[in-house]
Amino acid sequence: MKAWLPSLLRLALVVLLVAFVTNPGWFEPLLKPLTENNAPVIYNQGSLLTLTLLHLRTVLIATVAATIVAVALAILVTRPAGAEFLPLSRSLVNIGQTFPPVAVLALAVPAVGFGEKPTLIALFLYGLLPIFENALTGLTTLPANVVEAARGAGMTGWQRLTKVELPLSAPIILGGIRLSVVISLATATIGSTVAAKTLGEVIIAGLLSNNLAFILQGGLIVAALAVLIYDGLSAIERYTARRMGREAE
Amino acid sequence: MNIRFDKLGVVIAAISAYAAFAAPFATFRANRIVPGQARSILEALPATTGALLLAIIVVAALIALFKTPLVLRLAASVAALAALALLIGVAGTFLTPAGNTFARISPASGFWILIFAFTLLLADVLTRLNLSPLARVGVLVASALAIGLLLISGSWDNLSILKEYFNRADSFWAEGSKHVTLALGSLAAAVIVGLPLGILCHRVENLRAGVLNVLNIIQTIPSIALFGLLIAPLGWVATHVPGAAALGIRGIGTAPAFVALFLYSLLPVVANTVVGLAGVPRAANDAARGMGMTDRQRLFGVEFPLAFPVILTGIRIVLVQNIGLATIAALIGGGGFGVFVFQGVGQTAMDLVLLGAVPTVALAFAAAIILDAVIEMTATRRRVETA
Repeated sequence: MKAWLPSLLRLALVVLLVAFVTNPGWFEPLLKPLTENNAPVIYNQGSLLTLTLLHLRTVLIATVAATIVAVALAILVTRPAGAEFLPLSRSLVNIGQTFPPVAVLALAVPAVGFGEKPTLIALFLYGLLPIFENALTGLTTLPANVVEAARGAGMTGWQRLTKVELPLSAPIILGGIRLSVVISLATATIGSTVAAKTLGEVIIAGLLSNNLAFILQGGLIVAALAVLIYDGLSAIERYTARRMGREAE
Repeated sequence: MNIRFDKLGVVIAAISAYAAFAAPFATFRANRIVPGQARSILEALPATTGALLLAIIVVAALIALFKTPLVLRLAASVAALAALALLIGVAGTFLTPAGNTFARISPASGFWILIFAFTLLLADVLTRLNLSPLARVGVLVASALAIGLLLISGSWDNLSILKEYFNRADSFWAEGSKHVTLALGSLAAAVIVGLPLGILCHRVENLRAGVLNVLNIIQTIPSIALFGLLIAPLGWVATHVPGAAALGIRGIGTAPAFVALFLYSLLPVVANTVVGLAGVPRAANDAARGMGMTDRQRLFGVEFPLAFPVILTGIRIVLVQNIGLATIAALIGGGGFGVFVFQGVGQTAMDLVLLGAVPTVALAFAAAIILDAVIEMTATRRRVETA
């Protein structure tokens, strides 16, 4: 395969995605055969662009919150003062992963009501785990000689953390964020079962009215977003990994 | 004497103090959908029982707060959890007015926070005890038995979630078996297809990137969309392929859910098979070749057993993920515990949501513990054998 082919494919996907969410009408003939009885071809109860942006916003807020909390927790349990919590936090992460997203979503509703909030909670909780796990791996597998050298150079604990440990773990932490974003993009669609404004609305409208065109457009936009974001974050990860001299997975 | 605090104990004591004294223990509702009224521990239980529960919580929290022996902490957490489990049932009976069948009593935030606090303590003790895999499964079986006994004894019968259950006991077990069939069946199908595919990808390098990329892209399609997209092709198969409809293949229902779960399951199985086989030490393969083993003998006698723990890890990921995803099958008429979750969301009847969510979480949790134990056992046996 030529080196430029993947970049070209990516660019084509971006152009296609932007064209679709801004001018879905152009694609009507393509999706037309999927509908029956003159049902609407393009989602007509809201603009696809708005829903896409809301979808991305929900995922972004949840991921930023999850990253801050997960990295802070990972830092805490890898300091001497918090070392006591390390084994417990590991088992908690393991247990947390067994909670299905639908259950988290449905159980958050009585506490915070319908809409965006339960979705944010579910995405936040679900996003925590991969980031925490990777941050923990990153911070506990630092080359011992580097940490020793930093200590020998007279760096304080804070300086070691911000100048040595975090930059060196950055590629692995980014890997966790990437996993978490891809999971969240798909999980956010389930948020529409509790009335969150995401692309899931389009898919669910399609399921309820038996309209395959709706299901396909909702699903494909989310899948395209996921592929592009996954790719973009992988590239950033490789870049930081090269700069830090560490092998990305 | 030098008194020292346990750091986790401080957290546990703080949240259990809040939950016991400031948060509601149970919720009373005149019927299943009106907003509830909060009841504290002393209001929800007969006077002496309520005081007894508070005393148990305070003692257990104090044991957690200070540095105490592990056995004592274990006893404290188990005692607190058992008292909570028993007495929430008593609260159900106590708060239900005599002869009233509409009133609903459900556990409230205080109860759940207390359960969380003492489960945290128990999890900490069990982690520090560093139990063997078999012992962990033993703990799981013991707690399942204890919960089963409580359910059979009828002491929880006056709680709202069980009232929802009694109203649909038959469909509960039917949906439950559908849920398990979906999760396990699609796993079995994924293993049958994924293992050979993984071995093929390992042997034929040109194939590897392509297959893994396609499977990766399938993972990015949101589950509800994939479920929906399969309705049309399966509907077509059902009407055009003779005999397909007789096999139960239909556009909506279990068939698309099964196929969707199967597609999601393929990536972890194939990817872990490839990773596991790639991790087989070159020396082991060379030795096997030197002994004159055929490719097939080498695969089943050397590579496969060595890669087994990694493949098993993939199967664990799939099983836990499938148990969760199977809830979504309810959206396309595929059944499973999701039926109760979505019905409950639709009727804003949270006890109905719990009736679907609690068994799902319990199943996923049990599957994770059992498979983790199996993985650890196969991995250690391998280490013992190779040492």
